[in-house]
Amino acid sequence: MGKTLFDKIWDRHVIAAVPDGPTQLYIDRHYCHEVTSPQAFQGMRNRKLSFLRPEKTYAIPDHNIPTVDQDKAIQDPVSRKQVDTLQDNAREFGISYFGLGHPKNGVIHVVGPATGLTLPRMTIVCGDWHSSTHSAPGAVALGIGTSEVEMVMAAQSILQTKPQKMRIKVEGKLKPGVGAKDMALYIIAQMTTGGATGFFVEYAGEAVQALTMEGRLTLCNLSIEMGARGGMIAPDQTTFDYIKGREFAPKGAAWEQALAGWKTLRSDEDAVFDQEVQFKAEDIEPMITYGTNPGMGMGITESIPQLESIDPAGRTSFSKALDYMGFKPGESLLGKKIDYVFLGSCTNGRIEDFRAFTQFIKGRQKAPEVVAWLVPGSKAVEQQCREEGLTEILEKAGFVLRQPGCSACLAMNEDKIPAGKYAVSTSNRNFEGRQGPGARTILAGPLVAAAAALSGRITDPRTF
Amino acid sequence: MEKFITLSSTVVPLPIENVDTDQIIPARFLKATSKEGFGDNLFRDWRYDNKNNPNPDFVLNNPLYSGSILVAGKNFGSGSSREHAAWAIAGYGFRVVVSSFFADIFKNNALNNGVLPVVVSEGFLQDIFETVTADAQNTLTVDLEKQVIRNNASGREEKFGINSYKKNCLLQGYDDIDFLLSNKDKIQAWENENN
Repeated sequence: MGKTLFDKIWDRHVIAAVPDGPTQLYIDRHYCHEVTSPQAFQGMRNRKLSFLRPEKTYAIPDHNIPTVDQDKAIQDPVSRKQVDTLQDNAREFGISYFGLGHPKNGVIHVVGPATGLTLPRMTIVCGDWHSSTHSAPGAVALGIGTSEVEMVMAAQSILQTKPQKMRIKVEGKLKPGVGAKDMALYIIAQMTTGGATGFFVEYAGEAVQALTMEGRLTLCNLSIEMGARGGMIAPDQTTFDYIKGREFAPKGAAWEQALAGWKTLRSDEDAVFDQEVQFKAEDIEPMITYGTNPGMGMGITESIPQLESIDPAGRTSFSKALDYMGFKPGESLLGKKIDYVFLGSCTNGRIEDFRAFTQFIKGRQKAPEVVAWLVPGSKAVEQQCREEGLTEILEKAGFVLRQPGCSACLAMNEDKIPAGKYAVSTSNRNFEGRQGPGARTILAGPLVAAAAALSGRITDPRTF
Repeated sequence: MEKFITLSSTVVPLPIENVDTDQIIPARFLKATSKEGFGDNLFRDWRYDNKNNPNPDFVLNNPLYSGSILVAGKNFGSGSSREHAAWAIAGYGFRVVVSSFFADIFKNNALNNGVLPVVVSEGFLQDIFETVTADAQNTLTVDLEKQVIRNNASGREEKFGINSYKKNCLLQGYDDIDFLLSNKDKIQAWENENN
């Protein structure tokens, strides 16, 4: 029987299989941020251990850094302590550190792939659920907990139980104005937030293959929102073209050798998946969410479901979500007033997202009542926006570019949406209070966000 | 981590069902960044009154009872998944917790911290409570190799189950990280083959 792409990478990294227990899996790359690492460093210190392979870990503060005045000391004492602790730990244990203001600082899940630290066939971990992003070039990337972070530090390996395998095919072509984020939100809405629990997903099909590398990163990033351990895409010419020449990517003969290996990375014809799911690309519209989990999504021209159409067991939470959002069953959200727009995060903080947003608003003006936070995913994206002239176009339209970080995606820094306010957000989670206590989040792609920023309302970008 | 092979000890009886992790270690003690010191606050709100005076009616304050085996009612360790509950049990000095049912996550956390959870039948559990109530000096013997628990007062024995990976870890005195590091030669071999 043939092997799936996931099996090929997983099996290659098995150091030892424990009878009646988990698998010891070798980890090629470990990313570390300031929030989930301090106790793991402390654990290492208590055991008097050093990193087994310090050169394979990269530490980058991103979760609670400010997105203005990064050249000054961080105001919030808790944030400052966490960031300082990461820097001290990185120095003490001898690992690479891209601190605040460093040209390679930014959201880990944006920096990793863009610098070539994330490569096909790797096993990659980070103490963060959206680590799945790094699976997009054909890697196995897993979000892990603090105790596992300590395992990687000490032994460059973790104990894991092998997940089941699922293939999701999206056939056909996406319609104009529909992007990777819409595809992801559509899949999650169809699968529900628990629909892929226990699985690692491989995305395939014509519409997936047609995505750019950055679109693929967006799609894979959101895999965990349907319960999956991760989601990957077989590497192809799009992947190789993206990686070639990146700072940490192999060069010269090493590149040729790596490439030859990467080209074999695909599921065999006769590989068997535990579950197969298919969708049609032409069924996907620009998507928005109306509730308080990423599975509560719909096409922008659709209406919120009626209570009667919801499974009886889910009606209480459905009603509670709509109460929180201030929406009614059966309602269309087109034309609804919104207060904030957030462009950024590990989901949509890449240069293509900023290009798409900027192209849309070019020559128009931001609605004066809307507060727009445009937060590049990294220093490199910020720099590229400036070099490509995007910053200037945005400024002419009344927008200001902030400095990189996770920002309003999880509101650990000062970027909090006020209670009761509506935010059209390109991030990944619309949970109650996620973007600030009482904040009401409508998840969407960069074009829906751009249309909302110009009109101050939920607007179909195709008919703007 | 300390090895666990066999253990004979007097017991601390806690004949209460559904002891949740909030009782084991209240949430207000979770802010610490290290794993030490949690034993002092084990069962804090049962052990001390609101003026921090020891509650004489609680078993941990009863000089009759001591030992490294805690015997508790059905469904021990339910509620939030905090690992601090296991740190508190281990920190106090218990090496074994006996009950007729454990919450899954607690069981795993306990094993990771060198504490052996032993699941016994409801009848065996009541037998322990009766014999230790009759005489606090009565002992239990837990033999991990054979997976047998014996009530030395009544002579009653029972087999208990444990995942063979975790059993091996305890017998060797390994936690997960020790286990991974014990495979250092395999890690090195993997690297030699793949780099």
